[in-house]
Amino acid sequence: MRIAVCIKRVPITGGRIVLTADARAINTQHLGFTMSPHEECGVEEAVRLIEANKGDSVVLTLGPPEAVEQLRDAMALGIDRAIHLQTDGQEWDGESTAAALLDAIRADETSNGPFDIIFFGNESADSGGFQVGLRVAYALNRPCVTGLKRVTLEGSSVRCEQEVEDGRDVYVVPLPAVLTVKEGLNLPRYPSVPGRMRARSKPVADVTPARPAPRLELVKLLVPAGQGRRAESLGSGAAAAPAVVDVFQKAGVL
Amino acid sequence: MDNGLPRHARAVVIGCGIVGNSLAYHLTRLGWRDVVLLDKGPLPNPGGSTGHASNFIYLVDHSKEMTALTVESVRQYREMGVFIQSGGIEVARTKERMQELTRRMASAGSWGIEPVSLLTPGDVKEFVPYINEKVILGGFYTQGVGVVDSLRAGTLMRDKGQAAGALHVAPKTEVVGIDVEGGRVRRVRTTQGDIEAEVVAITCGVWSPRLARMAGTHIPLTPAVHQMIDIGPVPRFRGAKSDIEHPIVRDMDTNMYERQAGGDLEIGSYAHRPILYDPEDLPPVEQAALSPTEFPFTQADFDEQMQHALELMPEIVGDESVGVKYAINGILSLTSDGMPVLGESPDVKGLWAAAAVWVKEGPGTGKAVAEWMVHGSSEIDLHSSDIARFHEHQRTRAHVRARAAEGFNKTYGIVHPSEQWASNRDVRLAPFHARERELGAVFFEAAGWERPHWYESNGALLEEYDDQVTHRTSEWESRWWSPIINAEHLAMRERAGLFDLSAFTIFDVVGPGALASVQCAALRQMEVPVGRVVYTPVLSPNGGFKSDLTIMRLGDEHFRVVTGGAAGMSDKKWFRDQLVPGAELADLTSSMTTIGLWGPRARDILESTTSDDVSNEGFKFGTCRVIEIGTQRVLASRISYVGDLGWELYVPMEQGLMLWDTLWEAGRPHGLAACGIGVYGTTGRLEKCYRAHGNELETEYNVVEAGMAAPRVKAEDFVGKAAHLRHREEDPAAMLCTLTVDDHRSKSGEKRYMLGREPILTRDGKRIVDRHGRGSYVTSAGAGPSVGKHILMAYLTPEESVLGNQLLVEYMGERYPASVAVAGATPLFDPENTRIRA
Repeated sequence: MRIAVCIKRVPITGGRIVLTADARAINTQHLGFTMSPHEECGVEEAVRLIEANKGDSVVLTLGPPEAVEQLRDAMALGIDRAIHLQTDGQEWDGESTAAALLDAIRADETSNGPFDIIFFGNESADSGGFQVGLRVAYALNRPCVTGLKRVTLEGSSVRCEQEVEDGRDVYVVPLPAVLTVKEGLNLPRYPSVPGRMRARSKPVADVTPARPAPRLELVKLLVPAGQGRRAESLGSGAAAAPAVVDVFQKAGVL
Repeated sequence: MDNGLPRHARAVVIGCGIVGNSLAYHLTRLGWRDVVLLDKGPLPNPGGSTGHASNFIYLVDHSKEMTALTVESVRQYREMGVFIQSGGIEVARTKERMQELTRRMASAGSWGIEPVSLLTPGDVKEFVPYINEKVILGGFYTQGVGVVDSLRAGTLMRDKGQAAGALHVAPKTEVVGIDVEGGRVRRVRTTQGDIEAEVVAITCGVWSPRLARMAGTHIPLTPAVHQMIDIGPVPRFRGAKSDIEHPIVRDMDTNMYERQAGGDLEIGSYAHRPILYDPEDLPPVEQAALSPTEFPFTQADFDEQMQHALELMPEIVGDESVGVKYAINGILSLTSDGMPVLGESPDVKGLWAAAAVWVKEGPGTGKAVAEWMVHGSSEIDLHSSDIARFHEHQRTRAHVRARAAEGFNKTYGIVHPSEQWASNRDVRLAPFHARERELGAVFFEAAGWERPHWYESNGALLEEYDDQVTHRTSEWESRWWSPIINAEHLAMRERAGLFDLSAFTIFDVVGPGALASVQCAALRQMEVPVGRVVYTPVLSPNGGFKSDLTIMRLGDEHFRVVTGGAAGMSDKKWFRDQLVPGAELADLTSSMTTIGLWGPRARDILESTTSDDVSNEGFKFGTCRVIEIGTQRVLASRISYVGDLGWELYVPMEQGLMLWDTLWEAGRPHGLAACGIGVYGTTGRLEKCYRAHGNELETEYNVVEAGMAAPRVKAEDFVGKAAHLRHREEDPAAMLCTLTVDDHRSKSGEKRYMLGREPILTRDGKRIVDRHGRGSYVTSAGAGPSVGKHILMAYLTPEESVLGNQLLVEYMGERYPASVAVAGATPLFDPENTRIRA
């Protein structure tokens, strides 16, 4: 079986987000980077499927040279190889990202045959466009199910479960398919040290796509009010009880 | 303010890490009230380096000061019930490291750390069943190693201070300014209001330089990365009943450590490239993803370390089910010399620092600095950590970064006691530096000065003194050493030697209050005729040695203080602190250069350059005056640190080259040799049993014990007088003795030569400990070419301080016989001092 996972390098946020002076980007001076959390679940699902069914797994990303770190992270978890669509760091819109990925996927499929499943995160953690997976599926003329919390292989089909209000919607679609997944799909593993070490020597193919003129332009970012609230330790053990009572009383629940 | 922040405080302590909590608590314990402890972050973890520390404590360090601070810290942690003893093993992968582990054993013996032992790989496996014993050659086990809960310790200490009603704690209170008026700290401005303060202590770890700058001064340290990962869950540790149940392993040769942390294994590294930051690079608390001192992990820097960890602990690290759960680039503080930054700022009165302190030495440091603040001196000698120790260039960002980068990978390194820094050299050059280069000088650094340690061009002297020069075959003792030092020494003793003493720190105390000021600092009588040179101990309030130095009286209201480069800056601050109204201090270090001329031919040489009377009658020992040498007016001072006839000659810096050339030319017919500091600081000094600050002379020992008490004590008051008078009445607990090594042959037959800091043991191998708990160790070691012995100095108990008493010195895992050659201060060489008085 062949599986591809598409990921995106995004800043790790935890504290208060600060924008650059022109308000067109997040100031990442103090931030580390990761792949979007939804995609971590996509990687985990791909690794599990290949562990169970054997085959070939590929991770793809469109991103700056440093995005190779996220590709290695995915390979440390068990993905076999990577394709890096290198950019100069500029943001690409959903349409052009999908087009570039599509070219890379088609090229790989021409050599190695079609992917049974192509995983995407439901949306990226930073720009949240909800676009790329759908566009790739449409272009490939493959079924696409989005927002998945459960994926089960059933012969030459895949059973897909979405969480909806008061329950789940279930779709069974034939392979090959494009699936966009959400956090909660599974519990992603931590990379092992041997996994990390193996990842260092796994192959990364570099491609440098040309960036088309964007049709979607980012004008300005706004930080929503109230973000950056922090948890506060009220103490530990029995000594913390008075502070907890105090908080409950202020909240009117005691 | 209605937020409860006091408007006045006896002391404001800035920073609630382990150091600030400890310092604030100990200040209240010593009786201070109205102490305010601030932090910009929340409690109990405000986000500094304490919050992500690995929290383990190894006890043995080659530095006595660091070991003492660590041992005291563990005592406090134990008392607070936050210490779990696990034991610790430093493992060796190389033969060099095995030798180093025998040095660790020796340091443990010198500083009294027990029990410790050397382990075979099999022994290590018994303690640490998951280790791959095949990659190691052995280990050094310290039973008292353990881990602490440093955040809990901080909380407990704050609680005690608060319970006593002496401490106000204000988290989420950021300091925005420190006001200095008339050279003294006045107030701390914070986001919650201003506090007028008598003293302010900066204990902000990696942020400290930023706070110091607010007060217009420096705390020279740099934030640096220490990488740490946490892997788990480890099947073997499932069901762990405590945070740690197996000894902590330090994989010394790879600069790494591995410790159990509950069900996980924590792996840390000092092996990666030095990654340095500026305090300004640290994010504000609210912008930090984890904490301001937990930076994103840079995987590429850890790749090699994973391999090393896998080799050492394949069962755990190689387990595919064990994942990397947490990985950070933790930020900690590094300094240019690896020691903390403690004490009162030399620039701002009342502004104190306790920074670049790690968890392992935090509470001990807090206690020592509190004692220093309250009593004027601390039980543990802190001279290596004194913030006043830095010379100007050592306070620059570039210097701190260069040395911190160089020192980082030596964290677990095998560092030779004489090892020289490679970075940022050639900062301070003597005016005759080019001449020294021509003579093949091998330069060692002192206070930034490049000082010849010996001259390769003196190689010819080796043949001349072939029968008296000891050659060393062991690589370790030959490192940073040359037999030429001994040959230079013998040439000086037979003819004369020329010494570059440019590294002296020189300052004048002048004005109507000058005499009273120097009287206050000096043990010896300073009301002496103009033209006298006085060598004097400088005492700390507890009667121990703050320093020792010489003072020349150049006029009724003019004293010139000359001290070594290493202690120069802290001595300068000390004297400045003793100034009475009407006295001023001027630093002449960079205005004057000094050349030493000593040896039986020194007078012949000097005489041939001057028409002034330099005869013994015309220029007595212990006097100084200006003489003319050609067109130069030279301040000549007839004293000696090498025990031979001669002078220190002082001229303005720009004339130094001319003086050198004049003396060199005049000396050639007399066989004058250029001599390095190897002679001045070691061989010449030790033969004369002259004491050195930082070796024999520390605040932990007093004048009587050092054998330096004069028959009478001057009537005038001076710092440390009360304690000194008390010490004179007591039976000394220890006496400084000079020993010589009786047999140098090791078991392999190779002759070995101690380098200093080794334990001195009784003939039957027991530690010698005095009634104050101080163990005997070698304070200085070196050759005595003229006496044909390897000389050791050590404090011994009175019972052991008996001439001819046979003892043992432990060196590199073996014990060598040594006997007491001098009990007291009588010189080994020329005991009558006929030479210096010739």
